[in-house]
This record gives sequence, C-alpha cells and structure tokens, in this order.
Amino acid sequence: MQQLYTTKPGFSWLLKMAWRDGKASKRKLLLFMASIVLGIAAVVSIQSFGENLQDNIALQSKSLMGADYTIDMNHPPSERVIEIMDSLGIDSREISFASMAAFPNKTGTKFVSVRGIDNGFPFYGELETKPKSAAVDYQNKNGALVDATVMLQLDMAVGDSIKIGEITLPILGELKQAPGSSSLFGAIAPPVIIPYQLIEQTGLIQTGSRINYEYYFVADKNTNLELLDEKINPQLEKEDADLDTHLSTSERLGRRYENFGKFLNLVAFIALLLGCVGIASAINIYIKEKLKSVAVLKCLGASQKQSFLIFLIQVTFIGFLSGILGSILGVILQYAFPVLLEGLLPVEIALSISPRVILAGIILGILMSVLFALYPLVGTLYVSPLQVLRVEENTGSKSRKALLGISVLIVLFLFLFSFWLLRNWQYSLSFIGGVLITFAILAGVAKVFMSLIRKFFPDSWSFVSRQSLRNLFRPQNQTLILILAIGIGTFLISTLYFSKDLLLAQATLDNTNTSANMILLDVQTNQTKNVAKTIEAQDLPVIEDIPIVTMRVQNINGRSVNEIREDTTSTINGWILSHEFRVTYRDSLIASESIENGEWIPEAKNSEIIPISVSTNFAEDAQVNVGDQVTFNVQGVLMKTKIASTRLVDWGRMQTNFSIVFPKGVLEQAPQFHVMTTQVPDAQKSAEIQQILVKNYPNVSILDLRQVLSIIEGLLNKISWIINFMAFFSILTGIIVLLGAVRTSKYQRIKESVLLRTIGAKSNQILKIAALEYIYLGVLGSLSGILLSLISSLLLAWLAFETTFIPSWVPFGILFPGITLLVLIIGLANSSSVIKNPPLQVLRRESI
Amino acid sequence: MTKILNLTHLEKSYDSGSKKLQILHDINFEVEAKETFAIVGPSGSGKTTLLGLCAGLDQIDKGEIELCGIKLSSLSEDELASLRNQKVGFVFQNFQLLPTLTAIENVAVPLELQGNKNATEKAKSLLKKVGLEHRMHHYPSQLSGGEQQRVALARAFSNDPEILFADEPTGNLDAETGEKVIRLLFELNAELGTTLVIVTHDMELAKMTQHILEIKGGKIVSDQKTGI
Repeated sequence: MQQLYTTKPGFSWLLKMAWRDGKASKRKLLLFMASIVLGIAAVVSIQSFGENLQDNIALQSKSLMGADYTIDMNHPPSERVIEIMDSLGIDSREISFASMAAFPNKTGTKFVSVRGIDNGFPFYGELETKPKSAAVDYQNKNGALVDATVMLQLDMAVGDSIKIGEITLPILGELKQAPGSSSLFGAIAPPVIIPYQLIEQTGLIQTGSRINYEYYFVADKNTNLELLDEKINPQLEKEDADLDTHLSTSERLGRRYENFGKFLNLVAFIALLLGCVGIASAINIYIKEKLKSVAVLKCLGASQKQSFLIFLIQVTFIGFLSGILGSILGVILQYAFPVLLEGLLPVEIALSISPRVILAGIILGILMSVLFALYPLVGTLYVSPLQVLRVEENTGSKSRKALLGISVLIVLFLFLFSFWLLRNWQYSLSFIGGVLITFAILAGVAKVFMSLIRKFFPDSWSFVSRQSLRNLFRPQNQTLILILAIGIGTFLISTLYFSKDLLLAQATLDNTNTSANMILLDVQTNQTKNVAKTIEAQDLPVIEDIPIVTMRVQNINGRSVNEIREDTTSTINGWILSHEFRVTYRDSLIASESIENGEWIPEAKNSEIIPISVSTNFAEDAQVNVGDQVTFNVQGVLMKTKIASTRLVDWGRMQTNFSIVFPKGVLEQAPQFHVMTTQVPDAQKSAEIQQILVKNYPNVSILDLRQVLSIIEGLLNKISWIINFMAFFSILTGIIVLLGAVRTSKYQRIKESVLLRTIGAKSNQILKIAALEYIYLGVLGSLSGILLSLISSLLLAWLAFETTFIPSWVPFGILFPGITLLVLIIGLANSSSVIKNPPLQVLRRESI
Repeated sequence: MTKILNLTHLEKSYDSGSKKLQILHDINFEVEAKETFAIVGPSGSGKTTLLGLCAGLDQIDKGEIELCGIKLSSLSEDELASLRNQKVGFVFQNFQLLPTLTAIENVAVPLELQGNKNATEKAKSLLKKVGLEHRMHHYPSQLSGGEQQRVALARAFSNDPEILFADEPTGNLDAETGEKVIRLLFELNAELGTTLVIVTHDMELAKMTQHILEIKGGKIVSDQKTGI
C-alpha cells in the first residue's frame, strides 16, 4: 500500500489565501468593517476622553483649590474651630460674599463675587492677571483685581476705580483666572479680588448677609489627607464648619459629570452592541457564501483546519484593521469633545492619546469580529466536499456544542465589556440580562408571527400578497434574522433616544412660568418699604417680597442633633444636622409646589407646636414624615414644630423655592431679611434700577436673571449638542446595521426574483412582493424594538439616572416610520438590479 | 496493467425523511491505470454518487474502494483530503472555480497545498496549454463558461494526478464549446498519461473512452471495453 504525506503548505499560504479571498470580497467586507469601525470609534473616543478628563481633574484639583485643603463656614469661626485651625497652622484666609459693585467713572453696576484674600494665596496654581505684576501688587497697594470679562463688558481699563460697599479702590489688574472661581458661578457673579484687610471696611458684613469664611492650609508631603478629613471633619461639623481636601474637590467635580458620563458610557455600550449586531448579520451571510468555496478547497485537498484557518485569519485581520481605523477615528472624535464642551468643563483639558484605550480598541475589534464570526465559521468544519457535486444542507448537529460554547463566550465578552465601561457588575449584569431578554422576546415575536401567518393564511388574497406573505415562513426565510436585527437595532436606538431625553429633561430650564427676572437679595426688614417704593417709582412691579429667617435643626423627634451625630447607626443625612436653613412663611402654595402628604396649614392659631410643611427631599434625608416633630433653633430661640405636610418641589424652576415653610403668624417678629423680585423689560431699565438701588442700598445684591438665563441656556445647549452628537453617531451605526441586515437577505431573494422574472413576472409584481415583505418585517421589527425600549428606558430612568421617565413621541412618530421606510428602501434597492437587467446577467454578477 | 481504482460490493444509501433510500447496490468494477473510463446512465441512476465515493468525497456504507492502492475506508477526512491533493484531479459540471481567486490562482491552489514553490510558474504554463494565458488575472465571473471549464481543466491537471474524475464536464456548455473542452481534456490526458474517469449521460462522449460502465437504478447493467 502506498504512503500518503500530510499536506502542509504552511502558515504563509493560509495568509496568502486569506488575502486573495479578502481582496476579491472588499465590497462585502466594507459593511462588516464599518460596523466595527463605528462601534470602536465611539468606545475609544468616550473612554479616552473620560480618562483624560479624570486625569486632568485629579492633576488640576490642587490648582483649582489653590491649597491642599480648606476649612470653610458661613459664619465667623467659633473658638473651638479657631483652636483646631491653629493646631493645623493656617496658611491663608479669605472672606467672600456676593454684592453689587459700582464703577464711579462709568454708568454700569455689576453683581460680583467679592473675595478678600490674605497674603500668600494661592499656594498652587496662580492668579492670572494682566499686567502680571498686579497679582502681587494688589496686596501691597490696596487695589482690586476685576474679572477680565467684566472689564471688557463695561469698557474699563486698569487704573479705573471700583466701589464695593463703602470703599472705592483702584483697579490694578484684569483677573483672568483664579483658584476657587468656577466658570459657571463666575458667569453669574464674576470675581473681584481685594486684600483681606479691606473687607471689614466695605461695611457689607452684616447679620443676614451670606458671608463665606475660608481658611487655606498647605499640608506636609507625608500628610494623609483622607485620614485628616476623617479625623477632623466630624469635629468641625459639630461647629458647622467643613473641611475640604483637594481630593474631595476632584471627586465632587467628577460626580458633577456622573450622569453625563453614565450617558456617554451607555452610548459607547450601545454603539458597540449595534456594531456587534452589524458584524453578526454581515459575517453570517459572508461566511455562508464561503461554504461552497470551502467544499471546493476540501475537494482539492485542503484539510478541515486549513479551510477554517483561512477565514479565521481573514476575519482576525479585518478585526485588527477595523480596530486600528476605529481607534484613529475615536481619537479624532475625542479632540472634538473639548471644543464642543468649552466652558462646561471644570478644568482645561490637555488631551493625550491614551495607549491603553487604543490597545483596548484594537483588542475589542479583533474580539468582536472573531467571536461573532466563529458562529458561522464553525460551519466550515462540517462542510462536506461532496457539496461540489450536489446541494447538501449541513445538519449542524455535530457543531451544537461548539455553538453553545461560542454563545457563552459572546455573552461573557459583552459582560466584561460593559463591566469595563461601567465598573459596576450589577449594572453590567442587568444590561446584559436586558439585551438577552430583548433578544428572546424578539425571537419569540418572529416565531409567533410566522406560525400565525401559516395558521391563518389568507388563501383568497392576490398572488402578489400571498407570495410576499409566503416569503416570511418558507424554507430559508429571513424573518427571524431580520426581525432580530431590525428589532434590536431599533430597540437600541430608541433606548438611546429616550435616555437622551431623560437627561436633557433633567437639565431643561423652565423659564416660562416665572415672570420675575430680577432678584434682590439680602434686603433688610427695615429697608423693604423703601426698596419697594424705589422699584415702583421706576414703574416696575414688586412681584414677590419673601421674608427669610435663618435657623438650624435642634432635635428630631426628641433626639438632639448631637445625639444623632454620635449614633453611628443613624442614617439621617449629615447636611440636615449642620445646614443653616433659610426658611420662609406664607399662607399658600406657589406654582412650583404641590402637597404630597398631609394637610397645608395656612396660619398657626396659638398652638404650642407649630404645623410646618417640608419638601419631600428634606423629609427623605431627615427621615421624617407627617406627624413627626422637629425643633428648630431660630437664632437662639427654640421652636417646636410638627410636620403637617410634605411638598413635592420642582427645584428645576427658576423660582425661589424652600425646603421648610412655616405658616403665617409665627415668624413675623423673628430677625429676618427679604428677597424681593421684580420684572424689568430691557437691559437699559435693568441698568437704571441697579444703579439706583446700589447707590441707596449697598448691602442689597441684585441678580439679573436675564443674563443668568442666557448663560445657563448656553451651557445647556452645549450639553444637548454633544448628547445629540453622540446619539446621532450611534444611530448612524444602527443604520449601517440595518443596511447590512437587509442586504444579507439580498442573496437569498435574488435567485427567486430572477426565476419569477424568467417565468414572466412583471417588474411591478416583483417590486410589490419585495415591498410588502419588507414592510411587514420593518413594521414588526421596529415596533417591537420601540415598545421594548419603553420598558428598558423606564428601568434606566429608575435605576441608572434616578429620574422620572416621560416617553417622547419621537421614536413612535419618526423612528418607527423612518426605520420601516429605510428597510423598505434598502429592500427595494436589492430588487432593482433584477428588474433593470436580463436574468442571466444578474445571476452571473451576483455569483462573486 | 495495474489497477488504480477497485470497487468491491459497494453499497450506499441516504436518509430521505423517515425512509432510507438505497442509491447503489453491490457495485463491483475496476479501472486500470492510464485507462479512459466512462460511467453512463440516465438521471438519478446514481452515477454522481458513485463518482463522489470513488474520489473519497463521501463515506461508504458497505464494501470497499481502493484508490491508488489505498483503502479509502481506513482514511480520516484529512487523509482523504491529502490523497485527493496528491493523486486526484477533478472537473465538475458547473466548473467549481473559487469565485474570489483569479484564473491563475485557481490553477495554483492544488500545487500550493502541496507546498510546491513553483506553483505560479506551473499554473502559468498550464493556462498557456489551455489557451488562456491572456486571461490568467481574470476572476471566474469575468470568464465565459467555456473559459471557466478550461481553467478547471488546467487546475485538474496541475497536481499531476494519477487519476482524474470528470462529472458531466460538458453539461453546462453549448455543443461547440463542449466539443472543444472534451478535445482538450483528452489531449491533456494523453499527454500527461492520466487515468480518466468520466461520468456522463452523453453516449457520444462515452464512446470516446476505452471502457464504458452503464448503471441504472443503482445497479451495473453493463461493463464493456470499447476497443479504443
């Protein structure tokens, strides 16, 4: 008997074959690559940007604070606090408050944040001024540094003067940037820095004014700031003071962008999932088409392993290439973010290319393509070379175990990926669970749909209608795969749309319900009448005059604040115990409030225990409900109260809202100050009234909401822009997925259409059959996807974004018909070649 | 003369739904080296199944096939693939060229699988022999049916096979082109000294061979030499 040698052409031949085959299939591989590239680009850009943002915040947190840690309070420090601070060694001090500033040589006035700063500050970062020397000179020469934008707005120059309260100081420099000034607050009340010792002379430090006292500390290299925070802060909290380290500042800044970050991660997850669906549908048909070639190769002597490896190498290379392209696109996109987010971020972003994220992008690309390709690729192992002689369907029974293994690997991959994005295994599990359930439901919908059509088949319908229906359940039908792809694509896009709405709704400014657009703060009780007269003399209305009394919680249901603090098991929120509440009294509810529980008491009638109303978030954080008793310390006088009602307050409204509201008849004689509101028609009137008020009542601060509203609106527009931008990006991936999914059915349909054409079917009959079939699939897939996304968005709103969900009509009104139409158009485009060209030509062209 | 293909008591059946469909019944015949051999019979008589079994493309139910001195039942799928690569050539009714490979690449594949370093050179000379050197960089879809079958012929002879199986080689071609392809097939076969086994229902073509085996309903009905 003769001996056989085993054929071993080597790895280079496999590479050569993979390359030759891929080169000729470029067109078909493009969709496959596009899915990976877009998915990876979204992931890389979002991850890389997020990493950069975090690094930058951490790096710049010291310069943002100007020191290693601070102790601050909104009243002069108590003896105990002074003792603690002395033991730590104060390095610098600051007293700050918001006030109106006038400019003697100019007509304008401006609401500013006055910061009296001691020598030495800042210890990190710098006071950026023009001229540079002004950063030091203002201390020696008793001058002021004024925000550069204000200088520009009011057309002022260095050398002009500024009047703050009772003192007038020369402006020594324009202030470009200073530690401790945030851009958003800075836009409302731009900073003016003066020497610490001059603060007292402004005469603006009066009872009731909102004054902030801040002490700056520089720590030794070896100081453990977290430990210091843990040890000192509880002692300070008892004295109503607070220690902040630069580490917690960076954490807080990070948190401010948490929901935004969550959304971007959701975008990344969805973009990648869409990419996976795209890959799955594109590669499935691609490999199926290769099975015949595999049979030929086996016939010519290629082994199982060789024919399998040729396509595995091809797919791995495509994944690698797409990973690189996706990463490059992601990095380019990343550079777009700071431009889009200018003014919104707390720090200046110095972008760097994160090799970790790029490497992750490339690995993701390879994993995505290999894992999803493995599913159809195992089929090549079981292709019989006999297929070259006859058409033979694979039973696939041999590969069931392998397919199960691959499915487990895919789920594991998706889980690990979502964990990498979200760093929370519970979220990741629920995300994956949600996607799997969605898959199962969609598959169920498709199966039920098919069996219903079969059972109640309308035999009396016309040939065209019957044929289009038959296409849905005949052998080799595409109903399941298309409904899955269309359904899951629509589901993800629609979920993204709903959650985008969720996030934007949270940030939307409702400024239509308030007629007041100017707020006067810190009006003393004895000034109210005259201030009102001044306003009315200018033909302006006094819309509100809200009395405000400051108080602290003394005890809750008989337990003193100190007792609660010492009780380590207490879950009452700390801010309730130390916060100085600004409380008002009135006899009716305002537009932004509604009673949730209990009864609204308009007036207290000589009762010993005062019936009050608290906001639901106060009730939640203080763990109290209707009927519970809270005692308040009103500047030395203890007042026993009982919660008569809890109110739902819409804090998002631009309105003066309160956590605690007393009834009339109790606080009228307590020391208080007032907030008054009016409405000014235009900028000129606003400037006039501000000048008069500042001149006569220097302690009164004026907030021109028209300016604030436009600034906030600008910021919100930026946020919505970037959210829309990223959502659009994912939707683009979704459309490519749809294109891929519908095109996969092209090769199944084309032969049949050609056959119909050959036996005499007219163009419009072929088109009608195709159109009806794709309409059925489009309607069913997209509607199921949107309905399922309603559930997922509800869960997201509840679990991830912690907000209420009001579904928008857009997915129903635009996505549903839009996607159905898209499916229809792509489907009809598939059939157009059949109609335009002779049957044989079509068959030959489609064979490659 | 040595025997290159020997079939003894061969049986083959397929599952058709719940029933078992017997395709071939007790087939016995042998093919001598360098012989031209035709298997003829009407559609559905089992001739293509027989060809598939002879070339090791399918598993035998009962009996034995010895190809080039090797018992096929003792070989694994990969060993069968090696056997085909080293000793067998194929020509199919519908050409079965790899659609994503050019003509020259298609011809070179069996040689490359052997690890032959001069695969391209040899493929080029074979394409020249079949008169297609000017079309060597074209893809199958860019070639006519006759041209595709000529490329398939070049590929079939590229590995210097000991035996070549041809399944209805003119089935997809018009009469004139079919005639040209058959002439080329016989010329190459004679030149290279290969054993040729053709499956066909065309008696004219069968009569060009030295040995005709006729099957009907899965059974041999005649086995005779033509005297050529």
